[in-house]
Amino acid sequence: MPFSLLKYGLRSRHVPYGDIPKTPDLKRAYDVVIIGGGGHGLAAAYYLSNVHGITNVAVLEKGYLAGGNTARNTTTIRSNYMTPESVAFYKEGVELYETMSQDLGFNIMFSQRGQLTLAHSEATLRSFHLRAEMGKYMGTKIEVVNVQTVRELCPDLNLDIGGQHEVLGGLWHADGATARHDAVAWGYAKHAAARGVEIHQRTEVLGFEKSGDRVTEIRTNRGTISAGQVLQAVGGLNGQVAEMAGIKLAIRCFPLQAMVTQPLKPFLNTLVSSANLHTYLVQSSRGEIVIGGGSDPYQLASTRSTLDQKEHLAEGALHLFPFLHKVKLLRQWAGITDMTPDYSPIMGASPLTNYWLDCGWGTWGFKATPVAGKRMAETIATGRVPDILKPFDMRRFDNFALLNEMGATAASH
Amino acid sequence: MKILTCPVNGPRNITEFQYLGPVRGADAENPDQLIESLFYAENPLGILKEWWRHTPSNTILIAERHTVTDQIIATYLPNRKPA
Repeated sequence: MPFSLLKYGLRSRHVPYGDIPKTPDLKRAYDVVIIGGGGHGLAAAYYLSNVHGITNVAVLEKGYLAGGNTARNTTTIRSNYMTPESVAFYKEGVELYETMSQDLGFNIMFSQRGQLTLAHSEATLRSFHLRAEMGKYMGTKIEVVNVQTVRELCPDLNLDIGGQHEVLGGLWHADGATARHDAVAWGYAKHAAARGVEIHQRTEVLGFEKSGDRVTEIRTNRGTISAGQVLQAVGGLNGQVAEMAGIKLAIRCFPLQAMVTQPLKPFLNTLVSSANLHTYLVQSSRGEIVIGGGSDPYQLASTRSTLDQKEHLAEGALHLFPFLHKVKLLRQWAGITDMTPDYSPIMGASPLTNYWLDCGWGTWGFKATPVAGKRMAETIATGRVPDILKPFDMRRFDNFALLNEMGATAASH
Repeated sequence: MKILTCPVNGPRNITEFQYLGPVRGADAENPDQLIESLFYAENPLGILKEWWRHTPSNTILIAERHTVTDQIIATYLPNRKPA
């Protein structure tokens, strides 16, 4: 391998090596059309083509491949949720990530280093005990740890925080991990394209033609196509695209902001988050400290950033690691999140018989990329919603069967 | 800093205000609209009418704001929309 790489490097004429083919012309009809070329849509395309043998598939992406929330998340993979339905689902997601590099033959830089969530109050500790017991019951690696263990897991952490937010303990989730988000999308896209899935970039859906309770045609800026089955997975704009299809979803848009510092030597071996400070930090494999937190305070469908929110993130990060005070910020950004009232996603059937939903991923979508893709592909291929997805049905609001994950989601992903 | 104009106190920093969500079309008192009023809030790409509170003076107001450009078009006290 090193010699072939050296030979390749010294060769004067390089043959460009493309994993993802150029956007082809649109065909007239597809068996399955996936709206949204992000991680979830591409994962569904991968499972449809590589597992279920459905290859007449088009992925429509308004911008460029995986350039929306797949590119903007903070790459946290975990399953430490509150309800058994959620833990079961996210646990499958973590397990798929564990073998993804081998399965795809594509290095996603998966690093299972554990997530430490800090408690600064007795009330938070009580909710941690609830999550830990649920996680243990469901078979995930999770436990409540005391301050001494927090110190051992994360020696550089400032534990007293000026007396204001003293660390009382933590929730240690050894399954917690991080991976490279772009590679996840590219790996899925490469294998889907190799099986004949067409990836159409810069192809925006403008509307739908319906006949009875079926979508028959999809109007795009590059022409109209007909589709047997349609999967919607468009991140921040899920509410609006569903509305085009005549479906009202319980979704509100809020921006979520994040930033990274200049690269530092490795010092942070775990993912650290604090619900009270609304901040979480992870050191990327390049050494940058990724800093994220809670959503913006008011509804907006824009990816603009605000100084207020960035200062808030910096404040939380400096409480936890005061020695970062001289470190410069390298990049900052925002994404539009599609928030549901119970902080759980909406997956499965819609009122239309051939239109499937993978939405409401708010601030918690990246960790579910493989499992959502796998299970939505299964749904489309069999025409039947698998049991693991049933609790996430869009009608749960109408039946008051909510899956409240606010405590396990807000500012601690 | 973003400025929101309080109808009582004039232009103030938006961090002085608390967001209370969209003005709801659905009526929570009407059983037929209860679920919509609880879970299906307005989420347009365009102008949204919404409740805000100026925290120091406890002034409840309505703002009309564009949800794509984040431009605040008008602010007024409830039921006192200027002509």
